[in-house]
Amino acid sequence: MTKVTYIDASGESRTVEAQVGSTVMETALRNSVPGIEAECGGACACATCHVYVADEWTEIVGKPSQMEEDMLDFAADVRPNSRLSCQIKVSEALDGLVVTTPVKQG
Amino acid sequence: MSEIIQTDAVIVGAGPVGLFAVFELGLLDIKAHLIDILPKVGGQCAELYPEKPIYDIPGYPIITGQGLVEALEKQIHPFRPTFHLGEMVERVETLGTAEKPLYRVATDAGTTIEAKVVIIAAGGGSFQPKRPPTPGVEAYEGKSVFYSVRKMEHFRGRRVMVAGGGDSALDWALNLHPVASRVILVHRRDEFRAAPHSVNAMRALVAENKMDLAIAQLTGLKGADGQLSAVTLRGADQSAFDVECDDLLAFYGLTMKLGPIADWGLNLHENLIPVDTATFETSAPGIFAVGDIITYPGKLKLILSGFHEGALAAQRAHRHVYPDKKLLFQYTTSSTNLQRKLGVS
Ligand SMILES: Cc1cc2nc3c(=O)[nH]c(=O)nc-3n(C[C@H](O)[C@H](O)[C@H](O)COP(=O)(O)OP(=O)(O)OC[C@H]3O[C@@H](n4cnc5c(N)ncnc54)[C@H](O)[C@@H]3O)c2cc1C
Ligand code: FES
Repeated sequence: MTKVTYIDASGESRTVEAQVGSTVMETALRNSVPGIEAECGGACACATCHVYVADEWTEIVGKPSQMEEDMLDFAADVRPNSRLSCQIKVSEALDGLVVTTPVKQG
Repeated sequence: MSEIIQTDAVIVGAGPVGLFAVFELGLLDIKAHLIDILPKVGGQCAELYPEKPIYDIPGYPIITGQGLVEALEKQIHPFRPTFHLGEMVERVETLGTAEKPLYRVATDAGTTIEAKVVIIAAGGGSFQPKRPPTPGVEAYEGKSVFYSVRKMEHFRGRRVMVAGGGDSALDWALNLHPVASRVILVHRRDEFRAAPHSVNAMRALVAENKMDLAIAQLTGLKGADGQLSAVTLRGADQSAFDVECDDLLAFYGLTMKLGPIADWGLNLHENLIPVDTATFETSAPGIFAVGDIITYPGKLKLILSGFHEGALAAQRAHRHVYPDKKLLFQYTTSSTNLQRKLGVS
């Protein structure tokens, strides 16, 4: 099984099982992981699913698309490892992925 | 006060469900005014996912958010609804009685409408500007932090920081440039979503040292009694620095908030309005609610459910608008009466 770890702003860590093909945002909601709001339901239209990808994963996860980069303009405290979790699809290559949720969404 | 408009129905919210309610009301000769805080119709479909396909609208195997909105506009056109866009409904006051309801609806733009029925189709709430992520921003709002420009004159001779990279930010940076003593544009990256000609105009002003551009993010505000003195920024290299300014105009997109609906004296359940599923009337006679804003056992937040809800609400609304007229059930296919209203017969 593929696993994703979410670390919240206070440092608490939660590791959950993720379905290949679903998004990192959907996986968080399905497992009641706090810190991700996903107001627009994954349409890349709200920037309330913002996460920081752990340094060792940034290359594997890749860069945001143009549309996602535009949407990141609406997120708070954007950093070089910022991504919108609804735009990251879980794959076997991402087994063990670690992301941190920000202090505040949107 | 401006003149009071008299009509049959006021629809709060011009999302897909509010739009289709015009159709169902229109078939029953109920005239409607629609109010939405957005400058355009279509609610979530138009604002959040105009280009995305929807697959579960009956009769349309696939249609985009914007496509559906345009089809709805065409469908309701025969009933000539009046639109009040860019206005937020602030107050709904009761003037009538339970037997003979009458409501006065007032917007933040000064529009006042008296109607026999009110249909709340407010969806996920009104789209409102997002606050910048700076702690304590509330204390400055309306005094030196703004999310839109109501009066250009306010900015005359002041140092104005404009935050954002879209059309609103760039347009206002350019429009305020001749008025303000200095405009400082702040954006998190050196790439802009705004139209290329405004980006070029901005870059030309910056090159001539007539405007400042900072590639940075807002992290803090400094000032007292609601008056800003400086904004703390964090540059791409993560270093923090202060920029002096008198006003901040921030464009961080929109978010949905319940807004003033909470103050209208309706029963609410977790920010949703409970309704009677036979009539879609709320706890107040003559006030109906349909679409994403309502709750009842089995409620689905789907567009098709909202359409059904509007049809039933219209039936009961007819009783309030035409208490002495008997309502005859008719099909649009076969009723020449309905077809006349639709302008097809
Ligand atoms: C990404 C995404 C995909 C979706 N996909 C589907 C799908 O495939 N199929 C489906 O059936 N549904 C889908 N939905 C859900 C669908 O969009 C909603 O069910 C629908 O928009 C609800 O319509 P509505 O008219 O009730 O409310 P909304 O579309 O939310 O519109 C409400 C309007 O009311 C306005 N308003 C609220 N309060 C006030 C006030 N006080 N004054 C003035 N204006 C006010 C708001 O500004 C807004 O424009 C999707 C939603 C999202 C976000
Ligand atoms: S859920 Fe809205 S942008 Fe990801």
